[in-house]
Amino acid sequence: MDYADLLQLLDSTMRLATPLLFACLAGLFSERAGIFDIGLEGKMLIAAMASASVAFLSGSVWVGLLAGIGGALVFSALHGIAAITFRGNQLISGVALNFLASGISVLIAIRLFGQGGRTPPLTGGARMYEITLPFADALSGVPILGPLYANVISGHSILVYVAVLLAPASWWLLYRTRFGLRLRAVGENPASVDTAGISVTGLRFAAVAITGILCGLAGAYMATALQAGFGREMTAGRGYIALAALIFAKWRPIAALWSCLLFGFFQAIALRPDIVEDILTFKVPVPALDALPYALTVIVLAGFIGKAIPPRAGGEPYVKER
Amino acid sequence: MDRLPRWADIALVPLVSLALAAIISALVILSIGQSPREALSVMVDGALMSSSGWGYTLYYATSFIFTGLAVTIAFHAGLFNIGGEGQAQLGGLGVAVALLTVPWPHWSVALLAASLGAAAFGAAWAAIPAYLQAKRGSHIVITTIMFNYIAASLLVYILNDVLRPQGQMDSASARFGDAIRLPTLDLIPGLNLIFSKGVPANVTLFIALAAAWGVWALLWRTRLGYQIRAYGKSEPAARYAGINPTRIIMIVMLLSGGLAGLMAINNVMGEAERLLINSASGAGFIGIAVALMGRNHPIGVVLAAVLFGFLFQGGAELGLWTKIPIELRIVIQGLVILFTGALNYMVERMLVRVFALLRTKGVA
Repeated sequence: MDYADLLQLLDSTMRLATPLLFACLAGLFSERAGIFDIGLEGKMLIAAMASASVAFLSGSVWVGLLAGIGGALVFSALHGIAAITFRGNQLISGVALNFLASGISVLIAIRLFGQGGRTPPLTGGARMYEITLPFADALSGVPILGPLYANVISGHSILVYVAVLLAPASWWLLYRTRFGLRLRAVGENPASVDTAGISVTGLRFAAVAITGILCGLAGAYMATALQAGFGREMTAGRGYIALAALIFAKWRPIAALWSCLLFGFFQAIALRPDIVEDILTFKVPVPALDALPYALTVIVLAGFIGKAIPPRAGGEPYVKER
Repeated sequence: MDRLPRWADIALVPLVSLALAAIISALVILSIGQSPREALSVMVDGALMSSSGWGYTLYYATSFIFTGLAVTIAFHAGLFNIGGEGQAQLGGLGVAVALLTVPWPHWSVALLAASLGAAAFGAAWAAIPAYLQAKRGSHIVITTIMFNYIAASLLVYILNDVLRPQGQMDSASARFGDAIRLPTLDLIPGLNLIFSKGVPANVTLFIALAAAWGVWALLWRTRLGYQIRAYGKSEPAARYAGINPTRIIMIVMLLSGGLAGLMAINNVMGEAERLLINSASGAGFIGIAVALMGRNHPIGVVLAAVLFGFLFQGGAELGLWTKIPIELRIVIQGLVILFTGALNYMVERMLVRVFALLRTKGVA
């Protein structure tokens, strides 16, 4: 493996980590507010379908992006109604919404385009294109750092940079604002928040809405930037990998950035059998590489996190005292 | 808050949930420009109005009884096993290994060997997430989901590079042979009066029913079952009573994985008669809906499994005879899980209001 290979690997790490990071931060807001959400997968899927369909029909990727966010918000609202209003089992609600998204996304895509559940390939303004950061060309002559800047840092779609900036922004929101303090409190001890006269329900719905918006960004990125269109089951377990990344990050925003980059790196390796073979010096079957991100997720969850303590009130519906 | 009468809690809550899911499904069908009435008649015709339709409905129901029981037993210990799909695929591998390594003389001994293989492989696949949950605290929901993906890749590899006979094009194992073919319901004396044509439902149905009885007996008639339910109700209380959490988690997940794996004797040995890619075809996930719909009781699971057998067979008919995509099945599955598992409180509240209304009217 030479430097060019490494750069290419890191470049795809950035691309593949982006949907994970959006979804991971989405899960962070929800779980920090005490609402488990294993429905990230379904929200990403419905957002991918909605964004690709609307982007194709309208010709504008930005209208598509809004539609993706809208689609994910609908599913967030359903999860909120089940988990907050009706105090349902949050894990089961998430599983149900994942199935619902899996079926509905294909049904709608077939109804709209009749292509077996895919959208037609997106072109032109319906696609999100890469942007080149300033000085990328000028600096590419600088040894080592120049190509790194030009190939890995520069040359991604705008959403990649949005995702990276969202990590510190989430930190600021959670740890430096009144809203963030309350949101964290509602996930640890909702009764105390209630006693202070602040609506537990309102805060949790706000958190779930943020989750929806971020999942919308994740799905829209997948369908309009990472790939050019929606295909059935295209999220392929990323919502769950994002949850694993969230646990690995111990529910902290900046750590989430690093853990998503790590899981993105796992996915990037899986796409390059030649590099894996080069390092290991023997041939690895392709299915083994397909399974690699999932297997590494299990290993990470099993071994390296030390003690990950979830928000104390996570998964528990809040019942107001009478 | 008023409580529901017991019969309403047991029977009415799932039925109302089902009705709500059906109404929304009908709206979905309308919104894709098709007729719900036609859809229902196609489903009923294809799944319930002929003996061969019932043959398929019961065949699917057999698989769903196993996966539903797998989810049920885990639920009673407070564990959510979403890994039934992967465990069932590994169960299929167990069946293939058991049947391809030894030339069994008769289907009965072959069935015994295949059952052991299926249960052992399914249990082994559940054992790793169980151990990680018990010893390392890794969330079993996420690890079992990851193991579904890993199982899919593993089977692609095994069926392409290990079990595929030389010269065969498609990724599948060799055929198990006619000598050990399981008797289908049309070959069983007595039942052959009902099932005249060949049907896929086979003797595995009776094993599934026996498994349902076994799960009931274990959970409500043994000391271990009591410990499992106590642990599921309250871990601290169970711990205080001297119940070892690691032991409960391991036993329950091994049983759960074994039950999910056992499904493979129905579809792999009984129907396909060889191991194919994606052999479980979603039955592991349907087990979640079946367990919730059946209110985590074996009798309920059997009834819900027949219902989902109808949905599965009827949904396939929809794909054949109408323009409604077969994915409608997944939508219905999701809706049933949502209403029975997450919005159950809403349904209960609704029913309590209705009962209160009826009562006041009765007085006046």
